[in-house]
Amino acid sequence: MRCGEFRTTYQADMTIFPTPLARRVAVVSVGLLLLAPLFLDAYYLNLLIQIGYYGIAALGLNIVVGFTGQISLGHAAFFGLGAFASAWINNNFGIPVFFAIPLAGLLTMAVGLMVGIPAGRIKGLYLAIATLASQYILEDFFARAEWFTGGSAGAMASPFSIFGYSMNSDKSFFFVVLFYVVVMFLAGANLMRSRDGRAFIAVRDHYLSAEIMGINLNKYRILSFGISSFYAGIGGALFGHYLGFVSAEGFTLLLSIQFLGMVIIGGLGSVMGTMLGTIFMVLLPEVMEFGVHLVGSNSTALTQALAYIKEMAIGLAIILFLIFEPDGLAHRWRMIKNYWKLYPFSY
Amino acid sequence: MNFELLTQMIVNGLIVGTLYGVVAMCFVLIYKSTRVVNFAQGEFLLIGAWTCWAMLVKFELPFYVGFPLTLVFMVIFGVALQVVVLRPMIGEPIISVIMVTIGLSMFFQALVSWIFGGYTKAFPQVFDTASVNIGGLQVETAYIMSVIVSVVIMIGFYFFFKYSRMGLAMRATAFNQQIAQSLGISVKHVFAASWAISAVVSALAGVVIGMVNGVSSALSFIGIKVFPVVILGGLDSIVGAIVGGLLIGVLENLAEFFDSQWLHLGNMYNIAPFYALVIILMIKPYGLFGTKDIERI
Repeated sequence: MRCGEFRTTYQADMTIFPTPLARRVAVVSVGLLLLAPLFLDAYYLNLLIQIGYYGIAALGLNIVVGFTGQISLGHAAFFGLGAFASAWINNNFGIPVFFAIPLAGLLTMAVGLMVGIPAGRIKGLYLAIATLASQYILEDFFARAEWFTGGSAGAMASPFSIFGYSMNSDKSFFFVVLFYVVVMFLAGANLMRSRDGRAFIAVRDHYLSAEIMGINLNKYRILSFGISSFYAGIGGALFGHYLGFVSAEGFTLLLSIQFLGMVIIGGLGSVMGTMLGTIFMVLLPEVMEFGVHLVGSNSTALTQALAYIKEMAIGLAIILFLIFEPDGLAHRWRMIKNYWKLYPFSY
Repeated sequence: MNFELLTQMIVNGLIVGTLYGVVAMCFVLIYKSTRVVNFAQGEFLLIGAWTCWAMLVKFELPFYVGFPLTLVFMVIFGVALQVVVLRPMIGEPIISVIMVTIGLSMFFQALVSWIFGGYTKAFPQVFDTASVNIGGLQVETAYIMSVIVSVVIMIGFYFFFKYSRMGLAMRATAFNQQIAQSLGISVKHVFAASWAISAVVSALAGVVIGMVNGVSSALSFIGIKVFPVVILGGLDSIVGAIVGGLLIGVLENLAEFFDSQWLHLGNMYNIAPFYALVIILMIKPYGLFGTKDIERI
């Protein structure tokens, strides 16, 4: 009987998936998701698509917060920037949406690198406050820059199309999101095996030792901001083309906090945890809505308070997780796995 | 150039600035003694103002009963918050502490909007709010009251930290927790007391602002405006908080003035402090009076 995971070669230690079983489960679940539009109705597909684009952006945030140890309170602004950039590139230059999404990611990355320059100099709390300022400044920019965002009227984003086939329904857009999720999550997991990824982790764990070992702190701090913005930009672009309309009001501090909540509830520094956290955060309001309808579907006071109840639930979930499970769902999942691996003798 | 408007704006800035200074002082108090960055400072104002409003309007208590009751409630609230939520976070990394206060801010903002509704509600008339003419400027009496209250609070803080037992214990704890503990100071009590004082004084500021502008969720934005103030003044300096408050108050009014006269960009009043914040962080990250972090390898 196995009593644990033992890796005897460096190759085995460096694989993207920790065990062959995990790899098979991942392949099978992607296969099952490919069949999902056949079985699920629009409501569930909509939830899956939300999990997809928020998950991509949350992974970007986890690269900055969980892997590099920098704090960013302005992720929603980059998410919004990606959404506007993709619509702008598509509308103004006639570049197809297919290419506009990655270009929007690159544009957001460029802005992220610029915002990251202060991040090279400051850290911790000061960085949190600086990114808070950048959140408000970018939000103000969205409301102001009519050439880019359409001002208060918002911007129209045309649907995704490939080879003349327009993917504007939930069913077809689901595949686009799934493709991006698989690519971005594999890239994220792969980044952590690379030289740059290890440098990020070294900067997080002990930045002085990292610098002494020859890691350029400035470069990696700014780079991690850039990569995180790229992810946020891709997520935002998918969001924009899914809704077909981008409004300047949606990308507030509240959304930034939700992204941070996803990362913390999922587990800092865990790629799979990011996905779990996103699923939790997207489903939590739905569960709250369900609960409210269960308790009092005919009480108008409760239904009117629904928006507040959802918001309170998110705040409360963040607090409770930080107090009782600071390592997030990924840690809980690992514990459950270890328990069952050694089942009757789990001590 | 309109000099009359300019002086009026600067005076407004100084008045708002003293209130920013008071709230920033509360923020610094918590940061200095417990090393917690309180993102929920604005919610203290919000909860204080709404509680007082409920006492006066819902329960129809007279001001001299309702107001002290509000302060008592805030003491209990501040201590409870510290004991239940913040005490388990001692020793956790900074991101966790920041996130917990952000979670608190989100939770209470939603709770308060749920209970009291999302609309601005006016305070009952407590003082006569006619304007007075001071040197050719129209200043509302409520504003003068707010300046007087703020100055009294600041002087109170000065004497509290200089002479009172608890104040001295707080300064000792801020200087070095371990040494303070070995000298017989209960660090637990100091932490609870600093949250209680911060909550009470913030609530006071909240009530004052509520009397002038009415009570609404907009009050909690002052908790965000505090960040430019404390960064400018230095995160752990009480004097810095006051100076920073005055400077940011004047700055945002000047930005508003220049915007209305020449630039016509709009929204400068709210956004100028954040540009200032980024610039300060780039050139002088520890602010005017803050102590520099010295790191040992």
